[in-house]
Amino acid sequence: MSHHIVEVKNLQHVYPDGTIAIKDVSFRITHGESVAIIGANGAGKSSLLQHLNGCLEATSGEVIIGDTRLSKGTLPDIRRTVGMVFQNPDDQLFMPTVFEDVAFGPLNLGLSGSEVDLRVREALERVGAGHLSAKPPYLLSGGEKKRVAIATVLAMSPDILVMDEPTSGLDPYARRQLMSLLREFHHTKIFTSHDLDMVLDLCPRTIILYEGGVMADGPTRDIFLNDALLAACRLEKPFSMQECPVCNKSADTKKL
Amino acid sequence: MLSINAAVSDLKRLDLLANSDSPIHALDARAKVLVTIIFSISVVSFDRYELARLLPFFIFPAVMIAYANLPPLYFVKKIAFISPFVLMMGLFNPIFDRAVMYHIGPLGISGGWISLISMLIRSLLTVGAAFILVGTTGFTAVCQALERCGTPQIFTLQLLFLHRYIFVLADETGRTARARELRSCGRKGRGIASFGSLAGHLLLRTWQRAEHIHTAMRARGFIGRFHAHRRSHFGVTGLCFVLGWTFLFITLRIYDLPGILGALFTGILP
Repeated sequence: MSHHIVEVKNLQHVYPDGTIAIKDVSFRITHGESVAIIGANGAGKSSLLQHLNGCLEATSGEVIIGDTRLSKGTLPDIRRTVGMVFQNPDDQLFMPTVFEDVAFGPLNLGLSGSEVDLRVREALERVGAGHLSAKPPYLLSGGEKKRVAIATVLAMSPDILVMDEPTSGLDPYARRQLMSLLREFHHTKIFTSHDLDMVLDLCPRTIILYEGGVMADGPTRDIFLNDALLAACRLEKPFSMQECPVCNKSADTKKL
Repeated sequence: MLSINAAVSDLKRLDLLANSDSPIHALDARAKVLVTIIFSISVVSFDRYELARLLPFFIFPAVMIAYANLPPLYFVKKIAFISPFVLMMGLFNPIFDRAVMYHIGPLGISGGWISLISMLIRSLLTVGAAFILVGTTGFTAVCQALERCGTPQIFTLQLLFLHRYIFVLADETGRTARARELRSCGRKGRGIASFGSLAGHLLLRTWQRAEHIHTAMRARGFIGRFHAHRRSHFGVTGLCFVLGWTFLFITLRIYDLPGILGALFTGILP
């Protein structure tokens, strides 16, 4: 049995105002895969992610994590398995200090005090935020908040890491740091992002959402080479694959 | 808008003061909360015309500020900020209570003026003590101490959330107000109508943020109960701190120290 598999079957979500956010989405992500879900604004990326740990309830269809079908009864187990990092770290860091915030999840898992201490320390060290432990979240910079938000999830030892726009709002250095950190995480990873260079760097597989449906699902490189598909989905090639603005040379796609 | 940002950075400064290192900072939060409560009760329990007997109580904020290495001017300014509100509340005392209580030469001072000054002194003492408590302990630790002293978790949690998100919301309010101001071209904008819509948007955004936070909490296994994971040690120092100050406050409350000192001096004088 593997907890690391995510399977979505004919998922549909309709918001109370009648907006169809997701329509008939199906995919299967296997153990250790790193998958990007990309799409224009309003394509349904964030709504789809929120179904993966039951934050949103599907109107129809199903989500299966490992061998477990997502339902009310299996929610606690699934939420431990699927660690979700939200786009805005201010939504995720709600406790008075960084330490207490990272400890929030492990305490809810019913772990003992010393085990919680150990997990918090390990998670903070892993994201390079050990020195921030006693600080209140509002005194952290954007990059620090993002790293601590990841630590809050890592402390729960998830098998699957789901991140909504991980690099948004970060400066180039913090972005590079975060990408190196994510590369070290060897479990299943699912990202949504508009940072297509990061997608190219971290995710061998990409799923394109367009108006709530899956428009393409395949190797990232092939998808980014398909100009017609990208244009139809209101997307563009990553900068590293575009023509150089100085010498007008095309990127060498063979190197990718 | 500027005042919102200034108020937030002022609040941050108060919290940062709590991270300093001093014998007072090192004390258990519960000891400081208890002493502040006993101090406040002692001060407010005096008769409304009491003046002289309140003055010895200034020893508490003075000692705390000195031993905790707090910037005195910062606290004086903070306390002075509330005095107009207190004056406004006691504004009618001199008008309604005109019975003369004391005479300074030919000048008669009415009970209303005495009670107004007494009210001002009491508020300076109690509000000052509360500021000093936060400045030496930190808002979070104060809430946690209150919870450990028996305050229901629902209240302390509300306070903690309020404190955590006041910075985020003030930031949002500041940005929205700035956007309105920039498009008002130095005029009133659309007046009260635009303020109504602005406040409505802020309320809706607050609501949305609350939903996001709740989602984030559920995603990390929250099912309606907060688990405590805090360690603190009351210790002998904490006990001595509480007993020492309590003894002093009760003594000052029961015995009229300024009166005794006055009698002593007038007794000595021929």
